[in-house]
Amino acid sequence: MNRPEVNKDFKIKSSKELPCGTYGQAMLLTETMEGWRSERPVIHNEQCIHCNWCYMVCPEGVIYKEGNEMKIDYRFCKGCGICQKECKKGCIELILEGGE
Amino acid sequence: MAVALDEKEYFYGHKGCAGCGGSLAVRLALKTLGENTFVVVPAGCMSAVGFVYPQLCFGVNALISPFASTGAMLSGVAVAAKALGFDDVNVVGFAGDGGTADIGLQALSGAIDRDDNIIYICYDNEAYMNTGIQQSSLTPYGTKTTTSPAGEHIHGSQNVKKDMFDIIAAHKIKYAATASIGNIPDYIRKVEKASKVKGAAYIHVAAPCPTGWGIASSDTIAIAREAIECGLWYLAEYENDEYTLNKPVKNFSSIEMYLKKQARFKHLTDEDIQTITQLRDRKWEELERRINRG
Amino acid sequence: MTMTNTSENQKEYQFVSGDEAVAIGVKLAQPLVVAAYPITPQTIVVERLAEMVEKGELNAEYMYVESEHSALSAVMGASVMGARTFTATSSQGLLYMAEVLHYASGGRVPLVMMNANRSVALPWNIFGDQRDSLSLLDSGWIQVYVEDAQESLDMTLAAYALAEHPEVLTPVMVNLDGFVLTHTYQSVEVPSQEQVTEFLPPFNLKHKMDLKAPKNLFFTASPQHNLGFKYEQQQAMLKAKEVIETIDQTYGEITGRKYGGLIEAYKCEDAERIIVTLGSITGLVRDVVDELREQGEKVGLLKIRYMRPFPGDEIAAVLKDAKAGSVLEKDISFGAEGTVFTNVVSATYGINTKLTNYIGGFGGKDIKKEEVVQIFKDLEEIIKKDIHPSYAERVKYIGLEG
Repeated sequence: MNRPEVNKDFKIKSSKELPCGTYGQAMLLTETMEGWRSERPVIHNEQCIHCNWCYMVCPEGVIYKEGNEMKIDYRFCKGCGICQKECKKGCIELILEGGE
Repeated sequence: MAVALDEKEYFYGHKGCAGCGGSLAVRLALKTLGENTFVVVPAGCMSAVGFVYPQLCFGVNALISPFASTGAMLSGVAVAAKALGFDDVNVVGFAGDGGTADIGLQALSGAIDRDDNIIYICYDNEAYMNTGIQQSSLTPYGTKTTTSPAGEHIHGSQNVKKDMFDIIAAHKIKYAATASIGNIPDYIRKVEKASKVKGAAYIHVAAPCPTGWGIASSDTIAIAREAIECGLWYLAEYENDEYTLNKPVKNFSSIEMYLKKQARFKHLTDEDIQTITQLRDRKWEELERRINRG
Repeated sequence: MTMTNTSENQKEYQFVSGDEAVAIGVKLAQPLVVAAYPITPQTIVVERLAEMVEKGELNAEYMYVESEHSALSAVMGASVMGARTFTATSSQGLLYMAEVLHYASGGRVPLVMMNANRSVALPWNIFGDQRDSLSLLDSGWIQVYVEDAQESLDMTLAAYALAEHPEVLTPVMVNLDGFVLTHTYQSVEVPSQEQVTEFLPPFNLKHKMDLKAPKNLFFTASPQHNLGFKYEQQQAMLKAKEVIETIDQTYGEITGRKYGGLIEAYKCEDAERIIVTLGSITGLVRDVVDELREQGEKVGLLKIRYMRPFPGDEIAAVLKDAKAGSVLEKDISFGAEGTVFTNVVSATYGINTKLTNYIGGFGGKDIKKEEVVQIFKDLEEIIKKDIHPSYAERVKYIGLEG
């Protein structure tokens, strides 16, 4: 998966470990956002025409192409529903989180 | 879609609200500009959601500036890039409507006046959203915000949205454009164009905020599109002293339909809507007058 | 207008104002970006730098910005790109920068700025006092105050070495008294470029933005980490005390001029009465001390060079053996006393020396020689009475009459 890595073990134990000068490496990710979601978008790839529009419109940038399939990085998808609303072929479905 | 975008994501893992228009504008601009980019973001939504240690969401070099000095810090970065001999780098700022049209206007004006090699992108969500939806000078007439309440006596904000595009063009800037996340290909084309300008470039991108506007998180792009269709937003460019209207609208869709979809406009009376319609018509007459017809 | 004079041993002398001395120091430090907004009496510094850029003597980008807030923001942006920078301001301009002062020190950006000490409105007044910079002691900047044009030049160079020291990484403000120092012409010895190259390492900022290793700078830190960042800032300031002494040594070895680091104690060894000064008033007090010493009076001068980091131990060590001392300053914290005095009293807590505070020289008003002599006389009275003046009695004002 060509997505940024998340280091959930990243911990600052003492002020001595803080960087001198309020800086860190670009894209230092230590937490994910799946808990924000009440609905989960599911892409039905068999109907997908690979127009990439869902990839374009996602504010999180979590939709990506792998091989011949559009995939979603659910670690960071907030379930806003833009992809579902914007899909011209109607092949993205929103399902309630926690449901089957 | 004939737009070539960098496959990598440069704004990721941020804590923006679901459906945030501003973060989409930032994400798409960075994918257009690529990895050799330096970003300046003032205090505001994008820094609040993308810059809380240890969760740093920009994949390129980026820094937060004081609220008032996006333009100045951006200039400093660009001038140092020149002094250090960095070729082919983009120096881009992303500020909201308040950070651009209110507190940051002076520094932005200075940067454009110096014609420093910068791209300044204003993501306009029409109020101070980060602090909880307060009125800015880019809040449109009649909007309910937490500082322009809508009641019997006052029907929301009473100011007329400042026209930043005109203000910027009046600097005789090399390139300025309005854009919208309701027309992504147009926006990306303009970012690309801005990146080729040797000197200052400005893009004003309409970027709805579901939280502040009172719409569903899924409707951000649709509502931005509708703003263009009903004529309350326009897509234009300014370069070489000439204005171009990118998408002249022949028949406007209903302003009322657009307004009534948003909680921030729910209180508007027919009279208010008439005022807004008149403001729109006046704006378009003005646009028609100055547009380059080739 | 400058006059250049090269003597036989190849030393270069120039007859310049304090402002021009700073500009010469800046030129020798070879910054890549200069951004400034004009304000009297700072203006000459940036005019000279613009001329130097125009003539090709200084290979820098000169940014004309539209405000001081933008000037400091611009050099911050340039600095974290990896460029040495310079800016200068004064009075209202410094106050307008206040937000960015905290920003730069918190971001550990090693900027160097000259401040022409000037009165703060209202009422408007373009002449000197030190209320501008002293009201910003808590902004996290190292503050050095100089006495004459030579020290202005030398401290400008020392400021770069100090700010950029890897264990310090804290911005430095070089303070010159407005007009008295900024506009007064004196002969200065100008170090050679070779000497400066030997003294000042190239600009190398570890946390600069880097295309090969991109960074996100100036972030938000949660309550959990906030004090940690501030604690480290404080540690760097304390470390700066040592570094200041080392830099003074090194500069002395290369140029032959040393300043004594954080403070200068002048004829204090056996002094019973000491006046504590900051900035250009030191010259007058030095003359008075010389004269009184000739008459056999045991008086001394303690010149504070750095207000931050504050040389508390050093000041206490000098004052502890005196019977009485007085802080003479061009500043007041309304409702309290002079801020330099507050700092000195705090540093000398527990020692028995009786201390008083003289406030004067506001808005460019001259402090006269007789007034300094009178301070020493007043101290003699206090010694005779042998009681510590009360909080209300220990603050006096110079120059209210006439």
